[in-house]
Amino acid sequence: MKKISCLLVALCMVLALAACSGNDTQQPADNNTPSNTQQPADDNQPAAPASGDLITVGVINNDPNESGYRTANDKAMRDMFTEANGYKATFFNNNDAAQQIATAQQMIQDEVDFLLLSPASTTGWDTVLQDAQAAGTQVILFDRMLEADESMYVAAVVSDMPAEGKTAVDWLAAQGLEEYNIVHIQGLMGTDAQVGRTGALDEKVAAEANWNYVTQQTASWDEETARTITQSVIDGGKPFNVIYAENNGMARGAVAALDANGITHGKDGDVIVMGFDSDTWAMEAVLSGSWNYMGLCNPLQAETVDSIIKDLAAGKAPAQKIIYTPEQGFDAATITQADVDTYGT
Amino acid sequence: MMTPVKDPKVKTKQAGESGLKRLTRHQMFIPLAALALLVLFNLIADPSFFAVSIKENSLGNPVLSGNIISVLDNASELVILAIGMTLVTASSGGQDISVGATMAIAGSVILRMVCGGQITADTMQMPLLLAVLIGILVSMVFGAFNGALVAYFKIQPMVATLIMYTAGRSIAAWINNNQLPIINDQVFKYAGTFLPGVPVPTPIFITALVILAFWLILKFTTLGLYTQSVGINANSSRLNGLDPKLIKLLTYVILGVCVAVAGFIRVSRSGSINYSRMAENIEMDAILAVALGGNVLSGGRFNIYGSILGAYVIQFLTTTLYKYDVPSTALPAYKAVVVILLVVLSAPVVREKLASLKKAPAKTAKEVS
Repeated sequence: MKKISCLLVALCMVLALAACSGNDTQQPADNNTPSNTQQPADDNQPAAPASGDLITVGVINNDPNESGYRTANDKAMRDMFTEANGYKATFFNNNDAAQQIATAQQMIQDEVDFLLLSPASTTGWDTVLQDAQAAGTQVILFDRMLEADESMYVAAVVSDMPAEGKTAVDWLAAQGLEEYNIVHIQGLMGTDAQVGRTGALDEKVAAEANWNYVTQQTASWDEETARTITQSVIDGGKPFNVIYAENNGMARGAVAALDANGITHGKDGDVIVMGFDSDTWAMEAVLSGSWNYMGLCNPLQAETVDSIIKDLAAGKAPAQKIIYTPEQGFDAATITQADVDTYGT
Repeated sequence: MMTPVKDPKVKTKQAGESGLKRLTRHQMFIPLAALALLVLFNLIADPSFFAVSIKENSLGNPVLSGNIISVLDNASELVILAIGMTLVTASSGGQDISVGATMAIAGSVILRMVCGGQITADTMQMPLLLAVLIGILVSMVFGAFNGALVAYFKIQPMVATLIMYTAGRSIAAWINNNQLPIINDQVFKYAGTFLPGVPVPTPIFITALVILAFWLILKFTTLGLYTQSVGINANSSRLNGLDPKLIKLLTYVILGVCVAVAGFIRVSRSGSINYSRMAENIEMDAILAVALGGNVLSGGRFNIYGSILGAYVIQFLTTTLYKYDVPSTALPAYKAVVVILLVVLSAPVVREKLASLKKAPAKTAKEVS
């Protein structure tokens, strides 16, 4: 008896805790709510909900806490897909592709009308996409691409990661350094952003004789790991003149190591600092000349996704399958306060 | 703790006879040997590993720089956690796997306090000491939560702390409304970087202070003795007038304090936080440090200095691997090798074998004398 009561109290504590934390990483749609949406008779027809009904969407995204970019991205999605805007949405956040896949399958079984997907890895999604097609669930990719045939999803609103990488590498090449000794700090391995941003640089380093890697390490988007890696390069006494960090947080970590060792960086410094994403503080660092470059990666795809869904519900197919969010690179020499106000998140 | 007084002559004779055996059996032998191995490797491969130079940082302060300084600096959080983890291990015979997540909570609370709820703050909105104290208090509460589950509800420590391991990072994010706050005040960063005019990284001083504090506590209070006796046999210590539950709870609360200090160092290194990545997997390193320090993971006798040395060895290994450009994703594999060696060495079968190997030459030595 005592044991049972102990167990009960412990369970209560756990539940209370779970309630405190109830902000994200929620479970898949609950099965009790009746689904009024009709399933289409055949797969080619869009799932058109009767007017006045809410459109059910399942949103699978990455962990909102992994970076400032993701925080902005997740918030935009949550603000858009609300009942006020005509949606009944279920959100799931995880950086583990296996868990994302399991939840996606659950959502398909729960017969959501649309599955919005920002995959944690570019591969492994074939079964999910086939299941979705069989069940009449329409898949829209946002933010990140995956490797699959175009016919497997209705639309993709994504950042063109390889183009982002190429823009950055072209900018770096235009700086006309005699020798490029690069400290390359990679994001979480296997993600679309990492693959695209690494690819362009890898290609250039392989092609040019005066482009070398001093080190190429992944910090998995973590600022502190990036700092440790950079400090270790400095301790090793290897000379370098470029920090190519695949997101702003990691660039910030690398800069902390440079500052601690009195190595100048930025516009008039010895080391070129490059970051990616859209954080306001990073754009301010570029504006102040402390950094040299930030490749914009626009996290706000929610509106575009919303208009695509509304079009599809009205029976209109999107004009393009893959829609790239407009992006550009910002250079310390040309960035303006207006840019920071417009694009910073 | 009273031991019968031995004849000093006999004692010295025993020591002389089995000097080597005593050395290899000593608790500090494994971490010291591991450290010696790493030092030797670096001396042979590249002696410049040990070079320390004075540079001027971007604020114009003279600062020490070099791999050794980096090891001492970067090991700080791990050393502090390992101390608390040793006490928890000794009293409850289990480990707290939530320390990484609760570090994120402590860091998040401190940042929330100094930023005053803003996303970006240029000056601290609250005296630093007060913010850190609040962080420590919150962390103690979470430590008490874990401790209560273990001590009063008799849940396996690893299962009990799995709750905070799972929920901790979400709680940390929730504390700051899912924002990633940034503080640009240099004073806040003193604890994680350098004090003006002092060339040694501040985390090294903080760690030294924590070690000193525990040395004093263990020397002048009965905490160590009580923890040990509860860990060896909770029932008999209860019969001797101790409250095993309270002591277990106490060790988890003490770990909570260690977690808060480690979390404070971590957030003040950069003045910001990344809830899902901050101090990721540090709990495994902390447990490894305790094991490497020759402590029995099922509780009882303990030696915090072994764990401290173990923590430095782990950081030494990490820094060495970074120096030779081993991919950071491969680091856990190297740590796994260490774990395998430790587990094999401490397995009863292997121990018996080793003991019988040692016994044979010892006997012949005795006969000769």
